[in-house]
Amino acid sequence: MTQTFKFGFIGLVLFYVYSPIFVLMVNSVNGSRYGNKWQGFTFKWYEKLFENDALMQAAWHSLVVGITSATAATVIGTLAAVALQRYRFYGKGAVSSLVFVSMLTPDIVMAIALLILFVTLGIELGYISLLIAHITFCLPFVIISVFSRLKGLDMSVTEAARDLGANEWQVFSKIILPMILPAVASGWLLSFTLSIDDVIVSAFVTGPGYEILPLKVYSMVRVGVSPEVNAISTLLFVGSVVLIVISQLLLRYKRK
Amino acid sequence: MNMQINQFRFWAIGLATSWLALFVLVPSLMVLVTSFLTRDPDFLIRFEFSLDGWRSVFDPSFISLLWDSLSMALITACICLAIAYPFVMCLMSLPSKWRPIILFLLIVPFWTNSLVRIYAIQYLLGKKGLINDAMLGIGLIDKPLDLLYTPFAVIFGLSYILLPFMILPIYSAMEKLDLRLLDAAKDLGANAAQRLWRITLPLTLPGIVAGSLMVILPAMGMFFVADLLGGSKHALLGNVIKNQFIQTRDWPFGAALSVLMIILLSFMLWLYYRATKLSNRQGGINDSDF
Repeated sequence: MTQTFKFGFIGLVLFYVYSPIFVLMVNSVNGSRYGNKWQGFTFKWYEKLFENDALMQAAWHSLVVGITSATAATVIGTLAAVALQRYRFYGKGAVSSLVFVSMLTPDIVMAIALLILFVTLGIELGYISLLIAHITFCLPFVIISVFSRLKGLDMSVTEAARDLGANEWQVFSKIILPMILPAVASGWLLSFTLSIDDVIVSAFVTGPGYEILPLKVYSMVRVGVSPEVNAISTLLFVGSVVLIVISQLLLRYKRK
Repeated sequence: MNMQINQFRFWAIGLATSWLALFVLVPSLMVLVTSFLTRDPDFLIRFEFSLDGWRSVFDPSFISLLWDSLSMALITACICLAIAYPFVMCLMSLPSKWRPIILFLLIVPFWTNSLVRIYAIQYLLGKKGLINDAMLGIGLIDKPLDLLYTPFAVIFGLSYILLPFMILPIYSAMEKLDLRLLDAAKDLGANAAQRLWRITLPLTLPGIVAGSLMVILPAMGMFFVADLLGGSKHALLGNVIKNQFIQTRDWPFGAALSVLMIILLSFMLWLYYRATKLSNRQGGINDSDF
């Protein structure tokens, strides 16, 4: 294999990966409704988007679910990672395998499992059910992100702190937390993007009273072409990319 | 003070454990139980043992649909593998400072909304879409092809969405490959094809199996891909499950289908363990070898 061929192949795959997104972005500022011909630059789809109250409300709901579920998942996940790394306890192996299983379980299986649970417990499908579901599928990602950071740290500092009389909470809040903060923040951002982008689980566990953005977009694109979708997709894409870049930078960030 | 020590420990362990037990373990068991219950028109399910759900799974008309979905998922995995494996090999031969950057560029789009990206593929594959336009333009075809709403479109969309799930495990398997083995084989006269077939492939087999696992299972569940690209004719297992839960309201059948997916997951995990064992035996260097 020659060098040109290798770069060519890598370039081709990257082109394949980016071209649909590029088409969406171009069409979001394209005057043509059906987006097959270029008919001049326009912002009218963005204007229409911001005038679409139902869509804006769905976006607001998504934001609320995203922020609350990412925060809860980060708190629970960080504590879980610390517990898995620091403590021995009964059922530790079972907890690790549950984390592993919940990451590998296909979304659709998790979705119906939670739906059955909610219906059995009589939890109304809406904000609360969405929140629980989103926390559940974000949790393993936070745990793994924080856990791998913990593994790379020198834990003798915590033993020193214990010897000097710090209790577990002080060790956690004054020593461990500052050291793992980049991974915690990265886990939050990751959870937030996962939550904002989820279609499969949300489709099952939300009710008609609480519409969120991906499902609203889904119902719009099912009935046909709507250029506002290009605009909202472009915004979603740019937003996700910004968050992911920040989260990756945080993971690489090393304390001096 | 002792109280406080235990309190932190208690919450750290208790919170996650109870969350996972309540929202992962219990619901999974409930799916299993539901698949053996009786369907009820008014209350969805009745607590009465029945095999109706499982009988529907083994209904011949459904088996053919299941087969269609499975074969689409398998073809998707093959396409992903065909792109991912050479891609990773090209990547590995680049200077190591380039690798994370290219890998990152590849991963970025996949953290964005998959629904939106499938919608974009509708643009590409449509009658007046870019692919038809391009092929008409260079005179490859006379009239636009029906690309959308075919199994081809569904497979195209699935392999597009799931490609990174094949690339990442293969990449991490390839990273662990001991390059000295390849040098030794070269010195002993093995040509490039022999080195690939006898060394690289067997040693990266766990990566291939892990990648396939992460492609095949979601490929059977992504109902929105079949909805948007396949029309109503080319349904995936995910569409059937969704219908049972949201429209037809046959919960035992839908639950049985989910159990089926979990069985498939366990089978592939078992394959993964076998592959890891195999690659260790076939000359991979382990700590235990010393």
